[in-house]
Amino acid sequence: MTENNNKDKSTRRDFLTTVTATVGVVGVGAGILPVISHMNPDASVKALASIEVDISKIKEGQEMTVLWRGKPVFIKRRTNEEIQKAEQTSLKDLKDPQEDKARVKKSEWLVVVGVCTHLGCVPIGGKGDYDGWFCPCHGSHYDTSGRIRKGPAPTNLEIPKYEFVSNDKIKIG
Amino acid sequence: MSIEKPDQKYEPVHTNKTGGSPFTGVVGWIDNRLPIIRMFKHEYLDFQVPRSLSYFWSFGGILTICLILLILTGLSLGMHYKPDSKYAFDSVEKIMRDVNYGWLIRYAHMNLGSFFFIAVYLHIFRGLYYGSYKEPRQLMWIIGIVIFLLMMATAFLGYTLPWGQMSYWGATVITNLFSAIPLVGESVVTWLWGDYAVGDAALNRFYVLHWLIAFLIVGVVAFHVIALHIVGSNNPSGIEPKDTRDTVTFAPFTTSKDLVGMLFFLLIFVAVMMYAPNYLGHPDNYIPANPMVTPAHIVPEWYFLPFYAILRSIPDKLMGVVAMVSSIAVLGLLPWLDFSKVRSSVFRPIWKQCVFLFVLNFFVLMYIGGAPAEGIYLVIGRIGTAFWFAFFFILAPLVSIIEKPLPMPESIHEFEEWKKQGKIKSIKLFNK
Repeated sequence: MTENNNKDKSTRRDFLTTVTATVGVVGVGAGILPVISHMNPDASVKALASIEVDISKIKEGQEMTVLWRGKPVFIKRRTNEEIQKAEQTSLKDLKDPQEDKARVKKSEWLVVVGVCTHLGCVPIGGKGDYDGWFCPCHGSHYDTSGRIRKGPAPTNLEIPKYEFVSNDKIKIG
Repeated sequence: MSIEKPDQKYEPVHTNKTGGSPFTGVVGWIDNRLPIIRMFKHEYLDFQVPRSLSYFWSFGGILTICLILLILTGLSLGMHYKPDSKYAFDSVEKIMRDVNYGWLIRYAHMNLGSFFFIAVYLHIFRGLYYGSYKEPRQLMWIIGIVIFLLMMATAFLGYTLPWGQMSYWGATVITNLFSAIPLVGESVVTWLWGDYAVGDAALNRFYVLHWLIAFLIVGVVAFHVIALHIVGSNNPSGIEPKDTRDTVTFAPFTTSKDLVGMLFFLLIFVAVMMYAPNYLGHPDNYIPANPMVTPAHIVPEWYFLPFYAILRSIPDKLMGVVAMVSSIAVLGLLPWLDFSKVRSSVFRPIWKQCVFLFVLNFFVLMYIGGAPAEGIYLVIGRIGTAFWFAFFFILAPLVSIIEKPLPMPESIHEFEEWKKQGKIKSIKLFNK
């Protein structure tokens, strides 16, 4: 047992302990990463391509809901009054300040992900104190631009990636 | 390297006849090789418990029976259920209509979930009222809170499996709680879902986790019971037993009393399951899950309502989640926040009132959690939330300091004498 008392000299056992521990840590790390990644969305989910939506039948003031990546997307054809309301809101009154212009491609059409940014419920259209959407779960109010105005939700309704293919068609995703 | 050890004889335990099993024959042969028989005798037959235990001490046994029945009925349901978003709802309906006694097994499993919580809330109340969390039972109390959290997790996961509207939106709301975590919240939620919304991938893993956590509970319950057998049961007097005048043996005294408690509890359970099987559930869960429409009035199961009320009473997303999690975690601090030397509320006139107010507040929050989040409900919910935390952080330490405990007997058998003389008013489930 005298060898272990000699602290200046590393022994064969010290070397083996260090090497084994290092290989063990790297091995466990390499093993855990795939297991964690395994639970993330798989290739088939990610590959869910964009969808095209015909919006010609939506009348002024009407709203359409489509399913994209398992989530509802609201496509709303806003009335002049609603557009004016959204554009004239002062940024000071907003919890998550954003101009209405930054949220639409054509001011007549508002396209938002219909998922409340609080805890993921689907807000109900045409309800709430700001004539936009109202989330029945925990009482968040959104305005005609889908911006959060009142309630526990922290941010505005998300804008998905979309583009106008033609005047009557949009492509989401 | 030289090995310097005194010369000792090597003796394997199983050949050590004198210190081995008290049993002979086949039982002794087994017990000498696997000492579970003497362990059972020591911990369950000869085990000494305080003689003053009331029916409030039956809930440990009741909860054990509930857990066993939940696992048995769950096993049976698992043989017919399909964890696939396309087939889950229909497979549950098939269990209800086509599978032999499927309706019975499913209603039993569903209602046992609720009754498990009824029993656990009474069990926790017992602990609060009689100071069962105090030295030396702090760790046992904390293990109990871990069981409670695991129960909540597995109850939530189980509720998502029928894939009805409430399953789906309950799953969405609860998993979204994780999105409140700063910076990584969104990625964590996507990881939990295995998708960009609650869907097939989530349902499949929820089914697996529902099973896993059920068995984790069995494991942690074993720790809870091992800890109990080291520190011993508390009792209505809050006084530790000193000699055999203060105790009775577990069998037949506790076992027979527990059996009465269990049968009474199971009778109520069977009555509810048979006559009002859906009373504790929500009719919206018989509508298949629809990711496009959230039900207008979404509420969790009744046993989550007080905590749901706390979540909703905070107008900030992150802080709401923090408040809800802390409202349960704070229970774990109680052994240190309440430092009164007296355990039982029988001798604590002020703390007793505080515990009753806490119970009242629990029911108020339960009502608020089921009411819409607006107007007067929001105000009451906020007051209730404030009281919940004040109970732990203000009342517990304050009462420990200012309260003057009532005169106490020296021992448990003296406590029993006092009770006969009418000197002590205790809460009773049944009158003798």
